[in-house]
Amino acid sequence: MFKTFIAGILLGVAGAAAALHYFPAVNQFREQSLIIVHPNHGNTEFFHVNIPMDRVMIGAPSQKEPLPIGLEWPVDSRFADTRAELFKIRNGKDAVVGVASRIAASDVSSGDIVEWVLHLPARGSAYVIMQAEPLEDGYRTGNLAAGTREFAPLVGRVSEQWVADTSGAEDAPVGRIEITTAFVAREVEEE
Amino acid sequence: MKYLISLVVGMVVGVVAFLALLYYNPMTSQNILSPLSVSDNEVITFNYSAVATDALVFTNDGKSTVAPYPSKVLQLWEPTVRLTDAMATVLRDGRNQPAAIGIKFSSRSESSRILNGEAIIDSAWHIYVPGQGSLFVEQQENYWGYLREIVVPAYRSSGDNWRGNWNGTLTSGPGALGTARVFGGSGEFEDLETEGVEALSAKAYSVKHGPVAVDGMLSVELPAPTPDPTPDP
Repeated sequence: MFKTFIAGILLGVAGAAAALHYFPAVNQFREQSLIIVHPNHGNTEFFHVNIPMDRVMIGAPSQKEPLPIGLEWPVDSRFADTRAELFKIRNGKDAVVGVASRIAASDVSSGDIVEWVLHLPARGSAYVIMQAEPLEDGYRTGNLAAGTREFAPLVGRVSEQWVADTSGAEDAPVGRIEITTAFVAREVEEE
Repeated sequence: MKYLISLVVGMVVGVVAFLALLYYNPMTSQNILSPLSVSDNEVITFNYSAVATDALVFTNDGKSTVAPYPSKVLQLWEPTVRLTDAMATVLRDGRNQPAAIGIKFSSRSESSRILNGEAIIDSAWHIYVPGQGSLFVEQQENYWGYLREIVVPAYRSSGDNWRGNWNGTLTSGPGALGTARVFGGSGEFEDLETEGVEALSAKAYSVKHGPVAVDGMLSVELPAPTPDPTPDP
């Protein structure tokens, strides 16, 4: 019986080690990627933010109705020309796939800036620097400045555009911010 | 029958012994020395409170120990973002003056390996420093030491809390020395590529509310400017 007990201990140790080795501690949920692949191995992907339902925060001075309710934006004059926003971002099937921050600010050192960080938990993050001035047709374009994990080896362009809702549906959003990414591997771009 | 009971009891003892070995394994102790502490370059630091109610906004799936703040903030309940926290906060400089707005995304990482003492969080900071520019910080943080030395003792405590002094470096990568990658976006930081480290200083933790007195410090190394080459006389 003692030998069986010892065998049980060994089995328990081996089983626990095997379970921790083979079963992932974290398993991020993935939505099916909706990517258009181009002949140059680049790809285009479309994201959007439904306004107002996907807006988590508007951080800006002197708001009559802060979002979220209870937000106390710092009154320090340093942040007077800063607008920081947090969103959920959706893919082409209207499923939430990540979160994003957008900072628009102006100061003597940087001039006017507009930046995005798109954070897709299962894939990585993309840091995008936009042109401060929008183009004539309402687009604003920018470049992928840095990326993590899936986005790390990529370069490319990103555009944002505000599209007002014209459906007239009762539960429709006011509009949406459309974000289009066009990325290609850095090696391919350099060739 | 007695052999079966003996086997089952032995297996339970084996599992418990293995978990105890993992928990007390001295090889997985937290690194408290920042790799930037030996740098000759200038290092800028941003301090913040890691307590959710001290942030401008903190949100998660709404079911975690740490409650979203403010209470009516939109929660990240969808399956793809359920393991992610988002926080916007004021970052303070070394004189405790407001210096920047920082937004941090933290997602539980699939690269976590409990066997190796790695409870990894993939995180990204988006920082705007008025008058200086913007930064993007990418890092992997290892919370194993934090869990082992603060969270588990809090659960084991009869008062369901932990008090003490704990300092630890969280950043464990992706840099070779366990540093974060930092990219400058605009202003003085434009085209900057450097390293950073994030550390926590904890004094109190509650099982019910999460961190009660915990401060974070994000350090970013500023490389010395490269001198212009002197022309050959």
